[in-house]
Amino acid sequence: MSTVKLDITKEHCPMTFVKTKIALSKLQPGDILEVLLTEGEPLQNVPRSSKEQGYKVLEVSHVDGQVHKVLIEK
Amino acid sequence: MGITELNRLIEPKDPKKLSIISFSGDFDKLVATFTLATGAAAVGYEVNIFFTFWGLNAVKQKQGRAFVGTGFLPKLFGFFMGGLRSAPVSRLNFCGISPKIFRYLMRKKNVATLEELVEAAKALEVNMYACEMAMHILGLQKSDFIHELKDVLGVATFLDISEGGRTLFI
Repeated sequence: MSTVKLDITKEHCPMTFVKTKIALSKLQPGDILEVLLTEGEPLQNVPRSSKEQGYKVLEVSHVDGQVHKVLIEK
Repeated sequence: MGITELNRLIEPKDPKKLSIISFSGDFDKLVATFTLATGAAAVGYEVNIFFTFWGLNAVKQKQGRAFVGTGFLPKLFGFFMGGLRSAPVSRLNFCGISPKIFRYLMRKKNVATLEELVEAAKALEVNMYACEMAMHILGLQKSDFIHELKDVLGVATFLDISEGGRTLFI
């Protein structure tokens, strides 16, 4: 089981979702993806769409300023 | 009304499907097509893009201007239409300068370029199809397109594939 980090704070729609989805598809079941993202659309929708696709959202926490961290388990 | 028909009517339709008819080969409209396609695929939608007429240029193997097609007129037409890299913008094209400006601005503003969106669509396994009739007119073969192009279809098959989801014409 490993943790992979992904920073999408500089990305815009649709690459925020696209990069998350591609990163998740490369993980093994049980692996964790640590996503750094900004408020607004990415924060609202990355955890939601991950849940909808059957991934487990372990944590959503505030990091600094507008940046948040989401932990997703495959 | 029979029980089978009743079941069919009350059966929830799968809303997680987006089918796009990509008719325009314009740069800006292709950006819209691939933004929607990749965004939808990334949030779990099944995505189908049916390329027809000018839209076919987006999935040609040769991305610049090339004499693609069989026969004199299709080859000539193919050259003037070009591929993904020679797609004009729908307004204020300025003899092909505008797409270059857009590509520059997109890179500068850290927004995915058209080429990056197409690569993302491939990575997300978006289903890409070509229109059989338009290919026939333009003298194009399946081998003239990127190998990610899944199949060559007609209207009836596209309607079957898109049934139960949302369909857009761009």
